[in-house]
Amino acid sequence: MIDQGAVAGQGRLTSAAAGRLRGALRALGPFLLESRLNVAGVAIVTLVLLLAVFGPIGAPQNPDRINLLAVLQSPSIHHWFGTDNLGRDMFSRVLAGGRISVEVAAIILSLSVTFGTAVGILSGLVGGLVDEVVMRVTDLFLAFPGFILAAAIAATLGPSLQHTVLALAVVFWPWYTRLTRGQVLSLREREFVLAARVARAGTMWIATRHLVRNVLSIVVVQVSLDVGYAILATSSLSFLGLGAQPPSPEWGAIITEGRSYIQTAWWWSTFPGLALALTVLGFNLLGDGLRDWIDPRLRGSLGGVQE
Amino acid sequence: MGSLVARRLAFMVFVLWGITVVTFFLSRVVPGDPARLLAGPQASPREVAHLGHLYGLDAPLAVQYGRYLRDLAHGDLGFSFVTRRDVRTDIATFLPATVELAGYALLLGFVLALVVGTAAAYRRGTSTDAGGRLTAIAGLSLPAFWLALLLQLLFHTELGWFPLGGRLDPGTAPPPHITGLLTVDSLLTGHLGDFVGASEHLVLPVVTLAAGVYGLMVRIVRTSVLDALGEEYVRAAEAKGLSRWRVLRRHVLRNAMLPAVTVLGLEFGLLAGGVFVVESVFQWPGLGNYAFQAIQASDYNATLGATLVIAGMYVVINLIVDIAYLYLDPRIRYA
Repeated sequence: MIDQGAVAGQGRLTSAAAGRLRGALRALGPFLLESRLNVAGVAIVTLVLLLAVFGPIGAPQNPDRINLLAVLQSPSIHHWFGTDNLGRDMFSRVLAGGRISVEVAAIILSLSVTFGTAVGILSGLVGGLVDEVVMRVTDLFLAFPGFILAAAIAATLGPSLQHTVLALAVVFWPWYTRLTRGQVLSLREREFVLAARVARAGTMWIATRHLVRNVLSIVVVQVSLDVGYAILATSSLSFLGLGAQPPSPEWGAIITEGRSYIQTAWWWSTFPGLALALTVLGFNLLGDGLRDWIDPRLRGSLGGVQE
Repeated sequence: MGSLVARRLAFMVFVLWGITVVTFFLSRVVPGDPARLLAGPQASPREVAHLGHLYGLDAPLAVQYGRYLRDLAHGDLGFSFVTRRDVRTDIATFLPATVELAGYALLLGFVLALVVGTAAAYRRGTSTDAGGRLTAIAGLSLPAFWLALLLQLLFHTELGWFPLGGRLDPGTAPPPHITGLLTVDSLLTGHLGDFVGASEHLVLPVVTLAAGVYGLMVRIVRTSVLDALGEEYVRAAEAKGLSRWRVLRRHVLRNAMLPAVTVLGLEFGLLAGGVFVVESVFQWPGLGNYAFQAIQASDYNATLGATLVIAGMYVVINLIVDIAYLYLDPRIRYA
């Protein structure tokens, strides 16, 4: 679970980072050989990321271009995923939605991981009253079913994609705090931390130089498990009207729009949903495989914040 | 052990209090004036102010919170400005529909997961195992709202097998109210037509919700069956010449059930989120739909009451699971 190489290589930040990257690439082969599901996960995630970056550039049309001469057309060679009631090309909209989902997940997780791990490391390291207060606060957040809390926050702030991002970050951070605090509690008695203390290193120094990199691998695994859920929750909130608003091509928002046309234009809600399901499946396969790969004994529930 | 239970209880009270703080202050920063909502769009500013005063909405927030806690202690959740009934009455009306839906989903997901998880563990490393893992991850990855729409499209629009939504066909009188669970009440009172109708309406939403339950549970069943299979007592039972089926039932499953019970708390959280979405798509008159409409109408008493009930149930279920675990497994002593 703890990367021994990183423990030994403290102080050589850049070369250690390069070594990590090389190590990760070298590990990719055995990881893929482990299971065909790992191959599927890596393939889908790579495809999704590529499409998120390059898809909108190569899209056949502007996703917002209205063409009243081509409304509600079923899938064809010109419109692979058909068109909606304003004649917008669904394939282009699904591509644009993919970029939104990937961006949103990245922002949600960066916010909650940064805040959550920082609080967790300091809480574990400082201990005492600070730790007690932090733990009770996280208890409080974890006492809510996550999706309900996110929905309540998003509704309170007013429906928009930005507020959904904020609401989900608020839901996710306590999990990272708990995760890293637990790690830090076991790490802080280890020789290298004691040595740093003897050398009169300050708390901040120990936290940033010694602990961050040691909790990194477990945080990475948790992130890979949470990406799918972040994307799914964002779309669910948009579907309920609490997130991205039409005409945004966010997948959940498109599916809501297409819902009233489900009897006549099945493709409208079906394709963005398919893209969403495949994307989430890909990230979950990758995260699940990674967890088993890093530690086969770490067999708990699937995902930390699955609600 | 007694002191452990006492500590868990004290903690539960703290969490419940914390939930009231969070939900109360969240609900009061909602844009939208509840007094205006109550008075209606045609009311004059004076009427709005009068109603605001009547319901204590002009008092400082801390005073309002104090009053809310006082009422709560008497089991009073306040008055819904949208349905114009007591929130407690509303919740009592809508909760059984949700319990019925979530209960069947939990049952279906659990039974499926038990079968598939056990099969995957017995055939570890085979394609059965991989297939089980794939379906588990798929169950958690399929967006519930999309799955619901697809099921409606296929089984209602195309095949006509199941109704689109609701609990009973419009115009059908529900069976006499006993438990509020239509399938139970109709059987108890001998209304077989209602039983069939209610069951038909349950199928699609239950399947949608069960997908997530199944996904979360398969893995845990598989892991705990694997752990049990590696134990001495299973080998001893096999050495005694007991049939495979008997070993599975008496020795493996019985021990493997414990971890499965502990994720019930997690399952509840998952169901609570799923219920929101699924009830909305299937027009299911349950608590999720009620809470959702309350949020949209800034009906703060209803929002607060529904959230409090859901979070409260979540906390209580987790407490019961923890205590059950303590009693079921004497090896466990919490630090």
